[in-house]
Amino acid sequence: MNTNLYNYILGIADNSLILGQRMGELCGHGPNLETDIACTNISLDLFGQVRGYFQYAAKIANDGRTEDDIAMLRKERDYLNVLLAEQPNTDFAYTIGRQFLFDVYHLLFLTELEKSKDLTLSAIAKKSIKEVRYHQRFSSDWVKRLGDGTEESHSKMQQAINDLWTYTDELFHQTEADKAMVEEGIGVDVTKLKKDYYEKVSTILEQATLEIPESKYFQKGGKEGIHTEHLGFLLSELQYMQRAYPNMDW
Amino acid sequence: MSQKKNWPLWEIFVRSKNGLEHRHFGSLHAADAEMAMENARDVYTRRNEGVSIWVVESCNITASNPDHNGELFEPAQDKVYRHPTFYDLPDEVKHM
Repeated sequence: MNTNLYNYILGIADNSLILGQRMGELCGHGPNLETDIACTNISLDLFGQVRGYFQYAAKIANDGRTEDDIAMLRKERDYLNVLLAEQPNTDFAYTIGRQFLFDVYHLLFLTELEKSKDLTLSAIAKKSIKEVRYHQRFSSDWVKRLGDGTEESHSKMQQAINDLWTYTDELFHQTEADKAMVEEGIGVDVTKLKKDYYEKVSTILEQATLEIPESKYFQKGGKEGIHTEHLGFLLSELQYMQRAYPNMDW
Repeated sequence: MSQKKNWPLWEIFVRSKNGLEHRHFGSLHAADAEMAMENARDVYTRRNEGVSIWVVESCNITASNPDHNGELFEPAQDKVYRHPTFYDLPDEVKHM
């Protein structure tokens, strides 16, 4: 099996899987009915993308595992999502802040992935771009509403951005699989997205009357399987049914 | 939840496909027209129900008063002849 390609796909898919699970946690718990459904819609979009990636990964692994096995039955260290995706729904500002900081990256990333030599990845990217363009519109609008809202919403939004900022740099780190796939014309060179990313994010934050954090210290590790303490709890919920009733399906 | 009480109500109209008219789908709360549009998209078109959305703040709708139903609507009940059903239509005229 092509290990680099397999790991490369997992790296992309796990971001959507873990973030999708986080948004799904809000099902029935959103701030109001309309926002609750919006967050759950985003979650379902992300899960839909994940299916495409994991079906492809299962084909490449070719060891009898299905898309479900890959999604549900790995250990914490085997998940390759960025740390940003697994941060908890501390409050609505964190949920929106995390979504926004990821969406801007995600759209830039998919726009490049669509040009991949790998036709399956290119097709998934093409399908996902429209969804993610809406996610970015939704989260950007909310960042602006909360940032440029009341004194309280402004300070909560600022706090969330300040806390989540430390996870943004990791988006542009390259793994071994990344480098190999860029070499082959399959993968996206994420280091090249960094400038556009911070420009776009800064523009929205300015419109939201929020300060752009100046932190120079960034967290990393997710892409190598080294996670924050939050991922274990998330996985125990995500994997509960498969662990309690192995091979169940419905 | 507290600030939701301050969000006005919006009526949502969705066109299911090109060629059909916008139909009233329901109502929802939103702070302004832009948010009403996004909420409508998420609440009413997530199962591929629409190709176009109109949002109208509910307070802008003038509704008939149910107390006036007698004078407004009942006089029409016994006037079947106002339906054009007493004509023989040629077969060539379809979809009438």
